[in-house]
Amino acid sequence: MSPVEVPIEKWTGKISEVTLGGKGGRKGVTVGGENTLPFLKFEGTIPHKPVVAIEIQDRKPEDWSPHLLSVWGSVMDDPGKWAKKAVEYGADIVSLRLRSAHPEAGNTGANEAKKSVEKVLSAVDVPLIVLGPNVVEKDNEVLAAASEIGKGQRLALGNCEEKNYRTIAATCMADNHIAIGHTPLDINLAKQLNVLLSDMGLPTDSILMDPDVGALGYGLEYSYSVMERLMLAALGGDKMAAMPKVLNVGTESWRQKESKATEGLPTSWGDHMQRAIVWEEATAIALLNTGANIVVLRHPKTVELVKAAINKLMSA
Amino acid sequence: MALSGIEIYKFLPKTNCKECGFPTCLAFAMKLAQKGIELSKCPYVSDDGKKALEAAARPPIRLVTIGAGDRKIEVGNETVMFRHEKTFFHPTGLVVRVKDSDANAAAKTAGEAAAYSVERVGLNLKVDGIAIENASGNAEAFVKCVEAVKAKANIPLILMSKDPKAMGQALEKVAGNKPLIYAATKDNCDQMAELAKKHKCPIAVCAPEGLDALAELSKKLMDAGIEDIVLDPGARDFGKSLTALTQIRRAAIKKSFQPLGFPVITFPGEGASSVEEEALLAAQQIAKYASIVVLDHFSPSVFYPLLTLRLNVYTDPQKPIQMTPGVYEIGKPKADSPLGVTTNFSLTYFSIAGELEASGFPSWLLVCDTEGLSVLTGWAAGKFDADKIAKSIKQFGLADKVSHHKLIIPGGVAVLRGELEDELPDWKIMVGPREAVEVGSYLKQQWAK
Repeated sequence: MSPVEVPIEKWTGKISEVTLGGKGGRKGVTVGGENTLPFLKFEGTIPHKPVVAIEIQDRKPEDWSPHLLSVWGSVMDDPGKWAKKAVEYGADIVSLRLRSAHPEAGNTGANEAKKSVEKVLSAVDVPLIVLGPNVVEKDNEVLAAASEIGKGQRLALGNCEEKNYRTIAATCMADNHIAIGHTPLDINLAKQLNVLLSDMGLPTDSILMDPDVGALGYGLEYSYSVMERLMLAALGGDKMAAMPKVLNVGTESWRQKESKATEGLPTSWGDHMQRAIVWEEATAIALLNTGANIVVLRHPKTVELVKAAINKLMSA
Repeated sequence: MALSGIEIYKFLPKTNCKECGFPTCLAFAMKLAQKGIELSKCPYVSDDGKKALEAAARPPIRLVTIGAGDRKIEVGNETVMFRHEKTFFHPTGLVVRVKDSDANAAAKTAGEAAAYSVERVGLNLKVDGIAIENASGNAEAFVKCVEAVKAKANIPLILMSKDPKAMGQALEKVAGNKPLIYAATKDNCDQMAELAKKHKCPIAVCAPEGLDALAELSKKLMDAGIEDIVLDPGARDFGKSLTALTQIRRAAIKKSFQPLGFPVITFPGEGASSVEEEALLAAQQIAKYASIVVLDHFSPSVFYPLLTLRLNVYTDPQKPIQMTPGVYEIGKPKADSPLGVTTNFSLTYFSIAGELEASGFPSWLLVCDTEGLSVLTGWAAGKFDADKIAKSIKQFGLADKVSHHKLIIPGGVAVLRGELEDELPDWKIMVGPREAVEVGSYLKQQWAK
């Protein structure tokens, strides 16, 4: 019998390349550049493997799952120490969320943001993502502060949303940073924000997109298909769908009852710790297979498992 | 792959005899393409033409049934590479493997797995089957274990042995349950094929040498008259598995390549070194093209997330699971209990309902018809606005149900507050939290005051 003829897709587009860090003494991590579907090296090239970031926060998040609180322990009291520990656990990138700036979580401002970012920058040399508390005015305030402190070090700043993209994009251009455009689970909104950012003059190598994550059991199917459609659009030549994608898998996964609650749960849910890990890793692997370039995780065990899986996927 | 009318026309006699009831052969071909009529209406189509047209009408991936009865596993018959292109039809079968080296332990695990059930969005998710491996290499031990497992687990079975003798003896006991025979290899192919034919059971082919060898083996079984085949490309680790499964799916769907047009089985435990890694690989395989995934460990903490993933991936993108609009009672609410409003997207409903339940506050939950859209998507699409909410309040007579006339709206649509106060002048509109998980603390702080 004749050999099996495997159809090869001829894609015309590719994902743009973005280098986080790589300036001002910071290590560089490049993502994107692939011209084929995730891990399908038999039909294209994937110059840079997807990477794993670990989420840390500027203050100890008391509402996190007890499993996360116990695995990170006392380093959570200091973002610098926490970042260092995250790198020890294998973080390619540290993602610092300035949550204390949230009006209900401390309402801190630019000064505290500067201090937190500075601590992390001096503690580790991996690239840094800095996220605001997801409240537009506060995001603008603390991200501007972060931008100034990290000037020239190619940080990734988010979230840049429809409401405040002008401020964040201008800040990124002034201080040589990367903007993370965030849109809620919709391919057209995601592309539209990329167009707006590009029209502002932000170059393609300075835009990452976060098309939003629905965790396993909480809208994962929407994320999954938005991601696949973005990927296919990009490979089909649509440059406004071709920005590398960063996904906050840990945030979404650990927010759910399955990972967070510890009491009064059905026995059919099984061991709490293992379920929470599988919840996070399953969300991560499903989305890596749709084209995620950076997955942001919370638990060191998941980080280890997901990194090993990425390496195996890349060595096929 | 479906043919166009013109392609079908080529196989017809082109005599325009009208005996089929259509004025021309072309008109008949067009109707055939729409599947509006049967080919048998044409008395003159040649045997070759018939064969070609039947082959073209065959689904690119055959539907294969394993087991019998209510819990039989049906897999295959997929038509697309990506779920958004249409949908994935037949959810991955999740199976637990036990070994015949300890029949008692095997039966115990099988019994637990078969009895397992977990509820999610109103559905009961279960383990689909048990695979029994002839790890002992002993035919007698295998038969004994198969019988012990069957006694404890009345769900579909996969019989795993490379030894045709052991397989034959086990089939004598359980063939009526239509187990999957695993597996025909290049060494035992003829004998295994005989067993599959004799017992009318589906059979897996395993060829770790590569897809050419796999196709050759399945072609051999097809030529022997076997139709229900399952493929094991023997690619075990993350990368090789993804590549092989993608290539098989593509060859079947894009090229209608029949020898690979069958469901695929995987064994993630053989490509992993821990339970968590096995779960991770299983998750990848559920997302990317496995029809049956056989796990080496049974634990609810792994199966619950994997069953949930399967539910997510196989949900029809065109039909989000919806709740019937109306007023839902959480606990036993009274006239002074809190009232919240949300959308009829099932996930939104279950998230909120779960949190309300856990909060200890009996409550009223008004579910608006947003055509299955979530809060923010529904709001963005104009299906969850002040007008809709106000109408629902009136439609379901809430002014009579609650004495306080306070309505809690989701924090994500806080902007609706002003408009709602205009629409419902007698009501006080309260803005709840953005996230379901914060519902409990919100009620404690804002409602209990």
